[in-house]
Amino acid sequence: MKRIYVNEQWCLGCHLCEYNCAFANTNSENKCRENDMAKALKNKVINPRIRIEEKDDIHFAVSCRHCEDPLCVKGCIAGALSIVDGVINIDQDKCVGCYTCILSCPYGAIMPADSGSVIQKCELCTKNSCGEPACVKGCPNNAIVFEER
Amino acid sequence: MNYVIIGNSAAAVGCIEGIRRFDKENPITVVSDEKYHTYSRPLISYLLYGKTDEERMKYRPDSFYKDNNVNTVLGKKAVSINKEEKEVVLEDNTKIKYDRLLVATGSRPFVPPMEGLDKVKKKFTFMTLDDAKGLESAISSKSNVLVIGAGLIGLKCVEGILDKVKSVTVVDLAERILPSILDEKGSALVQRHIEEKGVKFILGTSAAKLTANSAELKNGEKVDFDVLVVAVGVRPNKELIKDAGGEVRKGIVTNEFCKTSLPHVYAAGDCTESYDTVTGENRILALLPNAYMQGETAGYHMTGSEKPYDKAIAMNAIGFFGYHVITAGSYDGEEIVTEDGENYKKLVVKDNLLKGYIMIGDVARAGIYTKLIREKIPLDSIDFELIKEKPQLMAFSRADREQQLGGAH
Amino acid sequence: MAINYSIPEFEIVRNTDRCIGCRACERQCANEVHYYDPDLGKMMADDTKCVNCHRCVSICPTRALKIVKNNDTLRENANWTSENILEIYKQAATGGVLLSSMGNPKPLPVYWDKILINASQVTNPPIDPLREPMETKTFLGKKPEKIERDKDGKIVNNLSSQLELQVPIMFSAMSFGSISKNAHESLARAASELGTYYNTGEGGLHKDFYQYGPNTIVQVASGRFGVHKEYLEAGAAIEIKMGQGAKPGIGGHLPGTKSIGEVASTRMIPEGSDAISPAPHHDIYSIEDLRQLVYSLKEATEYKKPIIVKIAAVHNVAAIASGIARGGADIIAIDGFRGGTGAAPTRIRDNVGIPIELALASVDERLRQEGIRGQVSIVVGGSIRNSADVVKAIALGADAVYIGSAACIAMGCHQCRSCHMAKCNWGIATQRPDLVKRLNPDIASKNLVNLVSAWNHEIKEIMGGMGINSIESLKGNRLMLRGVGLTQKELDILGIKHAGE
Repeated sequence: MKRIYVNEQWCLGCHLCEYNCAFANTNSENKCRENDMAKALKNKVINPRIRIEEKDDIHFAVSCRHCEDPLCVKGCIAGALSIVDGVINIDQDKCVGCYTCILSCPYGAIMPADSGSVIQKCELCTKNSCGEPACVKGCPNNAIVFEER
Repeated sequence: MNYVIIGNSAAAVGCIEGIRRFDKENPITVVSDEKYHTYSRPLISYLLYGKTDEERMKYRPDSFYKDNNVNTVLGKKAVSINKEEKEVVLEDNTKIKYDRLLVATGSRPFVPPMEGLDKVKKKFTFMTLDDAKGLESAISSKSNVLVIGAGLIGLKCVEGILDKVKSVTVVDLAERILPSILDEKGSALVQRHIEEKGVKFILGTSAAKLTANSAELKNGEKVDFDVLVVAVGVRPNKELIKDAGGEVRKGIVTNEFCKTSLPHVYAAGDCTESYDTVTGENRILALLPNAYMQGETAGYHMTGSEKPYDKAIAMNAIGFFGYHVITAGSYDGEEIVTEDGENYKKLVVKDNLLKGYIMIGDVARAGIYTKLIREKIPLDSIDFELIKEKPQLMAFSRADREQQLGGAH
Repeated sequence: MAINYSIPEFEIVRNTDRCIGCRACERQCANEVHYYDPDLGKMMADDTKCVNCHRCVSICPTRALKIVKNNDTLRENANWTSENILEIYKQAATGGVLLSSMGNPKPLPVYWDKILINASQVTNPPIDPLREPMETKTFLGKKPEKIERDKDGKIVNNLSSQLELQVPIMFSAMSFGSISKNAHESLARAASELGTYYNTGEGGLHKDFYQYGPNTIVQVASGRFGVHKEYLEAGAAIEIKMGQGAKPGIGGHLPGTKSIGEVASTRMIPEGSDAISPAPHHDIYSIEDLRQLVYSLKEATEYKKPIIVKIAAVHNVAAIASGIARGGADIIAIDGFRGGTGAAPTRIRDNVGIPIELALASVDERLRQEGIRGQVSIVVGGSIRNSADVVKAIALGADAVYIGSAACIAMGCHQCRSCHMAKCNWGIATQRPDLVKRLNPDIASKNLVNLVSAWNHEIKEIMGGMGINSIESLKGNRLMLRGVGLTQKELDILGIKHAGE
């Protein structure tokens, strides 16, 4: 299955993946059209599903690994996390925001949604209109790739 | 091959999914004394809180049994196991043959003997959907509720009903709330937060005597109530195994494949003891993730796949009115504490390992700490100073990160 | 402190409606132009530091930025231009030699743009490169003057070593040190994929790149940095660098601050020491001396590698080229005055040397007249900007071309001409690890391959139009060229007729 992989060697720490992620997952019209990011994210504090870790000259992005044996899915008390064609999906309608998944995820790749009452995570842009994950599409240096390994 | 599962909650579902990973064919039968489609028991407080409803609290979709070729026998209690005949006997005396059996009978509320309890009309435990429904119909905006027990169940119940009632008072024998998962500082923080929402705590005492609408406490106080909730603890349902001659201690004894001492019989979930990899003790870890993974391990083993379950640790994620608590492991060791207003963090280190932690308020990326505990990662192999600050993958070596983020999964 | 007379060359225009404060511009600007002002709660810019490299403009996810020429105007006139005035201010303040990067920017004639290419009509009809075979492969090296036979009458192979190019375009010399390791890797990988060559420049060959040896030209320059036996043997050809178009008559100077780590070890010099390439080779004061070096290198590599001698296009280039041909070189590389550089004194770059078009025409003509054209191949560089320039160069007599600036641009260079500041925001002309990593060779090598492949397609298209199906038939075929707006003298030197003739 195609997954997002991070090539730390090439990550510049530009944080564009975070913005592209936040943009792709906003509900504005015409999302994924580059010229609307200003409209979608102006004056907003973004809450992306992919996050850059950085220290000195080391940067890398972390998002859901879509594990084959996902501790988050197994531990979800609400049955809100499930594997759909290999992609770990969150049903925010079912999620009660207990954060057991945050407790479980060894990558720290699950975080509260803006409301704080449910969680959010990378779903490989399968639920928005971006097709290929927005972070990958927008990465200027191939530091994030979407491929079969 | 006939698979039979007694129970219909997390361990049962884990078992079904575990079996179906390797065996798509042979029939599975689920027996449960509850009549409902599998639902998540921990969600009953959220049901009262209004964060979910009966439809959404289904633990798996409606098509789950059909998709997995599962026969269900719901609303009937299994009363015994005949290990010679390899059959389960139900309360109506029907018998179900099994080749592999999972006992996932869970636990039941423990109600201690209290003088006058029989006089209380509106009294509830808080365990099942029926409990929640009963409690919901018993309370109104005029109710004064007394909750006995300031543990996880009691306090989640408090969160669920607080907005629907006039007052809630919580009484516990312990000097502080959530003593099983929090330290004193943590208990105090969470207590303060819940108190700010209008809940009254009376701690370090217990009910000496109950009447229909009031409780006399041992410290002399008197609490009037309309509705009583008893949530002082649970007891594992281990009788089926015990009566059939299987080994039980506090809970049902199982091996690393979740097999009991009875041939072809497995057990999983709150009715069992698990091997806690942090403390090295066998203990009951009545936690949903643990139940699921035990069930799954049993399911795997039933089909002949030998994947041991050796990662059980105590862990809890819980929140009260938006204030979150995540804990894991044990608290025996050197403590590293950081506090910042509402945020509190304690890491417990021993023998070059992270043994446990408490995070309150800011719980971001807690799972990275859990990983350190679960995988017993030597702290001198990572940048511990960095990870002490906050959970981050930066603390791992570049090669480790490459494997985690760039490697095949 | 004296008054600072300088004015910012550029002005950053930020559309505050579009700026979302992601701070990518700030993180990506090595010149520290952009910054976030917490008091104002918005992004600001210090125009004085901007070199207009466009990194911020390219990376801005909301296209909130543009960079314009600062229209703050000095009291200039046609003689005392702002540039002249500002340069005086700068020198008056510092006492230093002005330094510049990349090629000569002055409005001197670009003869490529005054030369037009022929096409067939009716007779000798055009060829469709999509339907018919078309050859752009070429070989560089000495061609035998006559056929030799052994006593049995069988032909003896008297062909000396050749470079085989799938496309008549090579990447010109840029040293590891002047450009980054990732830039080198990109060039090396692209050359391998394209079946052509890149050139180490005078910085030696990094051990990681020996694997690309069959597509590498190793350079021996006046500083002899990084030259050793394995190095000479690693390449497909050896280039003796006598001069460079951007700075004829001038040596090179890589400051000690850049001679660090792998740059120093690859050059085989102590870390932190200045790498000074002398203006002359101290063992070459005559064509005879050059011949000695040519043959030393041939001996060292058992005559398996063609030897290239690279010179800058200067006034008497034709005579020099004749000497080089007679000195035993297999290939002469001529670098025109528009050629790029990582750093050169501004006055040298802008005033020394001659246009490559004139140099090429006169060298080709001179070697023909002397009957030694077949002894050498000619490679020209110094601002070959597109496939038409390539076609014109070949028709004027070149066997192949070198591209340097165009290759850098393909890798992302925005010609900000600030290489000498060593803070290249595109990861090309820098050794700062955080900047170097911005150039991912996976991307850059692909871009290089794309560029050269595209040019190759265009070359075939243009050749097809002329009814020529082989690059060999285009070489020196000046009948295919016509000049526009040129004087008779210029036409005579170029050896072409005026359009309409």
